[in-house]
Amino acid sequence: MTPALSSTAPATRDEALFEYALRLGDDSLILGQRLGEWCGHAPALEVDLSLTNFALDLVGQAILFLDIAGTAEGKGRDADRLAFHRDVLAFRNCLLVEQPNGDFARTMARQFLFSNMQVALFDALTHSTEPRLAEIAAKAVKEVRYHAELSAGWVIRLGDGTDESHSRMVDGFDWCWRFVEEMFDMDETELTLMRDGIAVDRATLRAGFDARVEEVLRQATLPVPAYPRAVRGGRRGHHSEHLGHLLAPMQYLPRTYPDAVW
Amino acid sequence: MSRDWPLWEVFIRSKGGLSHKHVGSVHAPDSELALRHARDVYTRRQEGISLWVVRSSDIVASDPAQDGPMFEPAESKVYRHPTFYEIPDVVTHI
Amino acid sequence: MYTTELGKTDAKAATPISAEDPALIAAFEARVAADEFIEPKDWMPEAYRRTLVRQISQHAHSEIVGMLPEGNWISRAPSLRRKAVLLAKVQDEAGHGLYLYCAAETLGTSRDQMIEALHAGKAKYSTIFNYPTLTWADIGAIGWLVDGAAIMNQVPLQRTSYGPYARAMVKVCKEESFHQRQGYEIMIAMANGTPEQRAMAQDALNRWWWPSLMMFGPPDENSPNSAQSFRWRIKRDSNDELRQKFVDISVPQAEFLGLTVPDPDLVWNEARGAYDFGAVDWEEFYAVVRGEGPVAKERMKARRAAWDEGAWVREAADAHEAKRVARLAA
Repeated sequence: MTPALSSTAPATRDEALFEYALRLGDDSLILGQRLGEWCGHAPALEVDLSLTNFALDLVGQAILFLDIAGTAEGKGRDADRLAFHRDVLAFRNCLLVEQPNGDFARTMARQFLFSNMQVALFDALTHSTEPRLAEIAAKAVKEVRYHAELSAGWVIRLGDGTDESHSRMVDGFDWCWRFVEEMFDMDETELTLMRDGIAVDRATLRAGFDARVEEVLRQATLPVPAYPRAVRGGRRGHHSEHLGHLLAPMQYLPRTYPDAVW
Repeated sequence: MSRDWPLWEVFIRSKGGLSHKHVGSVHAPDSELALRHARDVYTRRQEGISLWVVRSSDIVASDPAQDGPMFEPAESKVYRHPTFYEIPDVVTHI
Repeated sequence: MYTTELGKTDAKAATPISAEDPALIAAFEARVAADEFIEPKDWMPEAYRRTLVRQISQHAHSEIVGMLPEGNWISRAPSLRRKAVLLAKVQDEAGHGLYLYCAAETLGTSRDQMIEALHAGKAKYSTIFNYPTLTWADIGAIGWLVDGAAIMNQVPLQRTSYGPYARAMVKVCKEESFHQRQGYEIMIAMANGTPEQRAMAQDALNRWWWPSLMMFGPPDENSPNSAQSFRWRIKRDSNDELRQKFVDISVPQAEFLGLTVPDPDLVWNEARGAYDFGAVDWEEFYAVVRGEGPVAKERMKARRAAWDEGAWVREAADAHEAKRVARLAA
């Protein structure tokens, strides 16, 4: 059971769609930004390639979702305008994706949890009555399935590797458990869209997610999740301290040169 | 000094091709990562349908029927094609 | 370009050519002269093998270190499309490094050994990557000039004598033209943009022009080991020839952008049908080769950190596989 968030319900369908597309886009954008930070610094060249590959997929998704958001809003904002000119209170990503990379174990924990949610979400979203969302989901689900499989493989290798990798993997998940619940929240916005067949009922995705997490943790010889009190707020713009630091470098060029086209 | 991961040779059968072609190698600790690394390194421009990786006595191949998640991502990656960029004709040697 | 310091003798004594079977040497030289490819299991002089290991691995190191100056701007790319393109470019560079390390490994060295040599300062990489990327315009300048110079060097290497190296070069060249085009497109956008953007673009050209010319290596008269490399088809064009060609091609491209090449001595020479250009600061070049480039320390620190801090990951993967194999055997 997921409690409804205390946000004011959007008045129109377009406003709701704007909110929803923003959430989908911001999730991909912020995680893409985080993964880009690994470029040139990964444990092996092949791993560097994989992580950059993921970042590329996610930035591509962000462009598509944010463009839809901008169109639904109808104020002439495109994906770039939305990405580079909103402040923290206007961002709608979940808290998990903005968490700092930490070490490779924490990055894989974050990836594994998020990608497994994304696979289920996009799979269901392919049936959305909003055709543009369905189209993006159909393409993106293949990408995120790959992300989910590769990260699961790494969780298992690190969990059942050396003592050091096991302990780092435990710590990695430890950091992330408090952010899982939020990924499955449904508020007025999404409930409304869900009744129109546009949005997915995230609550229905939880059981499958839990089963997959438990299966992989078991193979990885990692302890079962110890879900602490959920931390949430991303969907209404109340983020962790990390988002501001992430946005500052990301946005500085367009903000410093507002008239420039790049 | 850490030990290297084993080296794997990569074979790709391109669309319409008849047999697998050797395209190079990757390092990986196990066959699963060898395939994934090979996919990431050698199919970034949608260059293959079937991947084989081989390490001494092992040969590992991917079943083309299951290649959806492994190869579709490259189709939309138009950024690597030089034709995507509009360079005025008057500029030569680019 | 990647042949800097090839003349230095390695710690291990190489078999002098005179000690090798003259018949084998003659046969080898004849094959190379006939434009044939030498493959990993073919007989080759020890000096040929060592030279190639050095050159190919330095080429590979250049690609990997080269990820850093550009990777520096991924988080700050000024549009989502530019961010995606830069991610793709740097990913390509990782891939190029991979192709080249693997080609070098066919000659009997290991990825570990090559990386240890880089981190210990024994192996070199292209001098250009020891310069900092200060603004977004640098990303344009690098794609335009640095990748442009690299392309010029790499195209002829597609017919270098060693098969695996030649094949790696073919793959690299296919992907490289995208790199130069994306860089030049950035320069076009900036040169035609706001006054600040134009100023940034000119400033980038001012800083990257001379280091790009230095990429082609020392003047021919200071490259004593070239003759052998030419004969063995490891080197296809002289440093000065390539440098001249680069200038002749790039100057009109700079003019199209409305930017000024930072060389007061640059002038078209009708008689030669080529540009006369000013003197390269060879003192700077040799200092950078020695490891004293502006951000050489940063580059090496970053690469060492990635390798050292990632050791536990690589070891864990090995340990996992060992456990899996043991379980199967049990």
